[in-house]
Amino acid sequence: MTRDDDMPQATRRRFLIETAALAGAVGIALPLAVKPASATPASMRAAIRKVVGEAPVNKGKVKIDVPPLIENGNAVPLTVSCESPMTADDHVKAIHVFAEKNPQPNVVSVQLGPRSGRATVSTRIRLADSQKIIAIAQMSDGSFWSNEAEVIVTLAACLEGV
Amino acid sequence: MARALINAPAKAKRGEIIEIKTLISHNMETGFRPDNTGKPVPRDIITDFICKYNGQEIFRAELFPAIAANPFLTFSTIATESGTLSFEWTGDNGFSATESVNITVE
Repeated sequence: MTRDDDMPQATRRRFLIETAALAGAVGIALPLAVKPASATPASMRAAIRKVVGEAPVNKGKVKIDVPPLIENGNAVPLTVSCESPMTADDHVKAIHVFAEKNPQPNVVSVQLGPRSGRATVSTRIRLADSQKIIAIAQMSDGSFWSNEAEVIVTLAACLEGV
Repeated sequence: MARALINAPAKAKRGEIIEIKTLISHNMETGFRPDNTGKPVPRDIITDFICKYNGQEIFRAELFPAIAANPFLTFSTIATESGTLSFEWTGDNGFSATESVNITVE
């Protein structure tokens, strides 16, 4: 083997390595490119901060009732309840729900009062992916309580065309 | 006018906690779905819901695109006096709908 033969071989080897690397990069980049716009945990935190301000959010008191495994993310039954006597002095003022991976982190915000009797709200929501849902309750004394639920979605909402 | 369904007891005892269920027909277009040309379909959702008991607000909800089509909301209130429960939905593109039911409190 002469040195002249060595060079093309090295180039071929490098070519192969580079092609493989490029294919790998494309393989990684492609799923990212087709992935629809989604909220990130950071944007969810920002949306939560917008609601609670600088106040600390405690864990507890709130209960999220949502099926752990969902076939169709287009209509997911969700019930959020909060322990509270619901009197004029001590009641739940508002409940906010956030989703981590939806295109927009906000899901629903409701305002309650002592006339609500019970701090329980149900609705049906859309989920774009398997993700974490966070519910935050604002009490009449200004404190915030939260809880979270993990949900697995088989068929995601808002991906299909019209 | 969108079709709305209200499920609330017609009669209640004073001080009883009653459950109110509301449903309204609306496709809640999220604004994130692409159409045939790849452009997103403009957002068209109900953004606000208010329930009043004899004119006094008892429940308010702010809705986002993450609410499923035909928004369904369940909440509760204390039956204080006979009267009317009125419901109001407002949304994008000037959407507005109202509905009311009567309640007798004994």
